Amino acid sequence: MERSFVAKNPSVLVFLAILSLFTLGVTVLSEGFGIGVISTSFVKTLGKTLCLCLIAVAMDLVWGFTGILSLGHFAFFGLGGYMIGMWLMYERTRLIVVESLSQAEIPPTSSEVVDAIGTQIFGVVGSSEFPLIWAFSDSLFLQLALVVLVPGLLALIFGWLAFRSRVTGVYLSILTQAMTLALALYLFQNDSGLRGNNGLSGLQNLPGVTASQDVVSVWFLWASAFALGLGYMLAAWVVSGKFGSVIRGIRDNEARVRFLGYSVEVYKLAVFTLTACIAAIAGALYYPQAGIINPEEMAPIASIYLAVWVAIGGRGRLYGAVIGAAFVSLLSTWFTGGQAPDIPLGFYTIKWVDWWQVLLGVSFVLVTLFAPQGIGGLFDLWTNRRAPQRHGAALGPDESALREKEATE
Amino acid sequence: MSTLLEVSGVSVSFDGFRAINNLSFQIGNAELRAVIGPNGAGKTTFMDIVTGKTRPDEGRVIWGEKSVSLLRMSEAKIAQAGIGRKFQKPTVFEDQSVQENLLMALKNKRGWLGVLFYRPSKGDLEKVEELAAEIGLKDELTRKSGELSHGQKQWLEIGMLLAQEPRLLLVDEPAAGMTPQEREHTTDLLVQAAKTRAVVVVEHDMEFVRRLNCKVTVLHEGAVLAEGSLDHVTSNQDVIDVYLGR
Repeated sequence: MERSFVAKNPSVLVFLAILSLFTLGVTVLSEGFGIGVISTSFVKTLGKTLCLCLIAVAMDLVWGFTGILSLGHFAFFGLGGYMIGMWLMYERTRLIVVESLSQAEIPPTSSEVVDAIGTQIFGVVGSSEFPLIWAFSDSLFLQLALVVLVPGLLALIFGWLAFRSRVTGVYLSILTQAMTLALALYLFQNDSGLRGNNGLSGLQNLPGVTASQDVVSVWFLWASAFALGLGYMLAAWVVSGKFGSVIRGIRDNEARVRFLGYSVEVYKLAVFTLTACIAAIAGALYYPQAGIINPEEMAPIASIYLAVWVAIGGRGRLYGAVIGAAFVSLLSTWFTGGQAPDIPLGFYTIKWVDWWQVLLGVSFVLVTLFAPQGIGGLFDLWTNRRAPQRHGAALGPDESALREKEATE
Repeated sequence: MSTLLEVSGVSVSFDGFRAINNLSFQIGNAELRAVIGPNGAGKTTFMDIVTGKTRPDEGRVIWGEKSVSLLRMSEAKIAQAGIGRKFQKPTVFEDQSVQENLLMALKNKRGWLGVLFYRPSKGDLEKVEELAAEIGLKDELTRKSGELSHGQKQWLEIGMLLAQEPRLLLVDEPAAGMTPQEREHTTDLLVQAAKTRAVVVVEHDMEFVRRLNCKVTVLHEGAVLAEGSLDHVTSNQDVIDVYLGR
């Protein structure tokens, strides 16, 4: 039984190989580094999709493996985006301000520079003062730390309160959704300090980088692929050992795990916080590619989509989550981007821009009812991970043993 | 014989119904005890109280040489202190292999960081194999426990309990749904286990209790009605009236 991690989890190697091939392929076909078959905007779409796959892995860890249906992970994703966005926006505005003030006859003082940056950034919400939460925005290092720390801390506090009072199941889902909604509504306010519904914009421009978006987009694709690879390996490692046994046990029978002497609440909190951090990192890579972040991104519906992706892809298996997120979000881009051909029915024309969500909803219901294993379940047909066929023989040694029919039901 | 667990004057009511009524109970270090009683006598509630699932309205539950009160401890802490529990329905983790089930139960660090970095040592794997042999599942180690027969699941759960190395084992109807041969094996397991630790067996089946050949406590309406050898309690008029007479 003593085998290496990779030998026990061959799917990790396969996944990493496919991910590397994909990244290499896109790079070769990109405008920035290759022959230019794939447009820069599509490279960005693919890069963003990789980030969505990463948060789907986090969601699978917390929902598929631990059984906590969190409807709040996009809040952590968004917060991660905000944290890196603050630095991007501050630094870029500073460079512009310094550039324009350098033309002045008297060299500007540093407080004048800061005031000018403040006016530039917060003019849109009728302010010029830096709110307290921007205190570290001049430091890339600190903001990068905050990408993980802020969502991590929020998850830790929220999770501690929720798990400690043994809120489970649908009540917990509602609670996480309420948290997401409250956060989004707060950020919508102009005096929240994050520019209200304008959000942060211009994030695609990296301060001090002169390379064109053609090149930058590929850099971000690499970074996203790297993060996804690391996140996938981390998740696979976490679920492979006894920790994985315990969290799957919590999913299937929480009380039993407690009587084995494991403190269920602590385990849930650990998984919840870890996945919040992964989600935040995914968000911090996503929004510089999207270019803009606003509170709309953190609306509860986003987290519900996340659950739909994981369900369609197949929860409880990491590659399922990745497949689901990639498949559904790319399909969604195709449908809502107006590329899908309309279907004229004579009396009515189905426009996919309007009907895509209905299609998604119906497929979610169908998958839940008829294929709970999701798309990932197709791999079982191939690897034969089915329940064993015993051709009617008893499964156990004597009469009380279950018959094949009972066991496969 | 020193007392391992002492329950004294415990009462608990649910919505006005007194499930446990001034119950007192003691068990020593290496003792086998059967608890019998009609439905609703409070057998399961008694186990719930000892394992921390239910908090009593009044009374004391004292544990071990240091006489710690169990009433302020969480379920997980109580389990770590050395009380293992087997449920009426076999509750094993069906999605996981027999080996995974046993490894999870094996006495080791329970903290999340320790568990995250835990990899089974040679000794642990050997212990798991020994246990599997003891419960007759040596050849089923890699099978998913969901595929096991009902009786095998019961044994697996007993095996998980033994793996925890508890000082007190609470076993709720271990023989339910078992064939005669399986029952015999189960009796042997329990008698064997009681040589090194305290075992409390809640059971309906008189034949099974007789084979355990131990002191019997009869519960009725949440209190102890009689205590002693099986012959002693079955000849007790109160017991005959409320339980055996029906």
